[in-house]
Amino acid sequence: MTGDGPEAADHEVSAAVADAHRREWAFVLAATARVARDIDVAEECVQDAYVAALDAWTRQGVPRNPGAWLTTAARRRALDVQRRARTLRRKLPLLIEPGSGAATPSAPAGAPPLAGPAAGCEDDVIPDDRLRLVFTCCHPALAREAQVALTLRLVCGLATAEIARAFLVPEPTMAARVTRAKKKISAARIPYRVPGPAELPDRLDAVLTVIHLLYTTGHTAPAGPELVRADLVERAIGLARMLRELMPDEREARGLLALLLLTDARRATRSAADGRLLLLEEQDRSRWDRAAIAEGADLVTGALRGRQGPPGRFLLQAAIAAVHAEAPSYADTDWPQLLRLYDELLRAWPTPVVALNRAVAHAMADGPEAGLADIEAIERDGRLAGYRYLPAARADLLRRLGRDQDAAEAYRIALGLTENAAEQAFLAARIAEVSGASPRVE
Amino acid sequence: MSQYLILIYERESGYAEGGPEVWEAAGKAHGRFAEQVGEKGGQMLGGNALQPTSTATTIRDDIVTDGPFTETKEALGGYYLIEARDLDHALEIAKLCPAPFGGVEVRPIMDMSGSAG
Repeated sequence: MTGDGPEAADHEVSAAVADAHRREWAFVLAATARVARDIDVAEECVQDAYVAALDAWTRQGVPRNPGAWLTTAARRRALDVQRRARTLRRKLPLLIEPGSGAATPSAPAGAPPLAGPAAGCEDDVIPDDRLRLVFTCCHPALAREAQVALTLRLVCGLATAEIARAFLVPEPTMAARVTRAKKKISAARIPYRVPGPAELPDRLDAVLTVIHLLYTTGHTAPAGPELVRADLVERAIGLARMLRELMPDEREARGLLALLLLTDARRATRSAADGRLLLLEEQDRSRWDRAAIAEGADLVTGALRGRQGPPGRFLLQAAIAAVHAEAPSYADTDWPQLLRLYDELLRAWPTPVVALNRAVAHAMADGPEAGLADIEAIERDGRLAGYRYLPAARADLLRRLGRDQDAAEAYRIALGLTENAAEQAFLAARIAEVSGASPRVE
Repeated sequence: MSQYLILIYERESGYAEGGPEVWEAAGKAHGRFAEQVGEKGGQMLGGNALQPTSTATTIRDDIVTDGPFTETKEALGGYYLIEARDLDHALEIAKLCPAPFGGVEVRPIMDMSGSAG
């Protein structure tokens, strides 16, 4: 590449358009939806604006504010479509409220567009509607899988084929899922707005859960095309960052971003060269991403300092991840501090899986007997029956207590519950070890 | 404003076994709900309680049979037709609808006014 030939310029423009797609899609679509009043029309207009950008930016150069340029172009198109099609019934009308207050009556569907942006929208300050878009996509009236698909499609601008690949479902299945969700938004009149203070905690939790689900799908999946999965992780962190920026006072939004950063900081060390999953205690801590850890830990410290009642589950999980990330080694981890955090997490989010993790921290802080007593209580509870990590955790504590025969039996139960080859190999090695067939590994 | 149907699905045995006190309490609760719809800024357009499914008759392909369309643990026991600004508003109202032995389903009414266009 010479750097100044026409080909290089073309590359530069396509890179700028691709970058604007990644960074600005949500902003452009959210602002266009307000004018278009129809999700499908808004999506088409935004797609067209990106195509037009490729041509216009090649001729005129990349504008200083690509997002504003794209929004103006997309909104102009949306207004044109509206003028031409005013008498036609729209396919998927979107319910736009004039104000953001929950009590303001909405304009009837099919009403003319709002007076403001209709007249020369390029001069107006374009409202940041990304929050409305996110809350609409994650409305509780939509099934979780539909929330996830819509968020990727509308907020991240991913094509249906990409979303289908990421979730390992056939493309027609994903297309039908997206269409059904859009139809429900329109037919049931799910409003395009940020929920009021009374509903906000529950509704925000749904948004955070969707983003977290995107992250874990990309992070833990053992199968599927790797690149797409890595992209899912990046998208989830991008969404968490966006939410934290748009809702700076919501400590759970901060907690989610911190949790994702702190977890992702360990990404490179989660598996060995042969693909075997590495336990936290086996990971090479010198290869953890220190910048991500510092950013995550800062977010946690800042959020915990806030005085808005007890911290929620995302912030507490982030605080736990921060303790792990900042410990010099597994043995030198601040287990009493972790146990306190797990106690709080169990209060905020009383699930048996949290109780199991707490039991492990309890064993590290106060000895294997303490953890074993917790695990026996969880077994009596019965909700985790068939959950392979329960007998595996029990086996590990028995092994540390030197009760090798009991440990081997518990490892065998765990082995019978997993179909993951890496986990099977790990458990088989442990069984051999406690049966005296191989040297003990500490 | 849009119209929504609130369908009340409940275990019929709850009322059959509950006796007159349960009936009386349900009557009062529904009377209160009718007031709350207006207080919440919605409008009550109508509603009825239905006789139990033991009185239902089904017609399918012109064949008349005894019983409801599908036998389920929770049966449709009544409905309200309300007007609300949007789904959030309709759900806010429907949350107040009494259904001690089950729950309610909220369905938007299909708008046929512009379908010719």
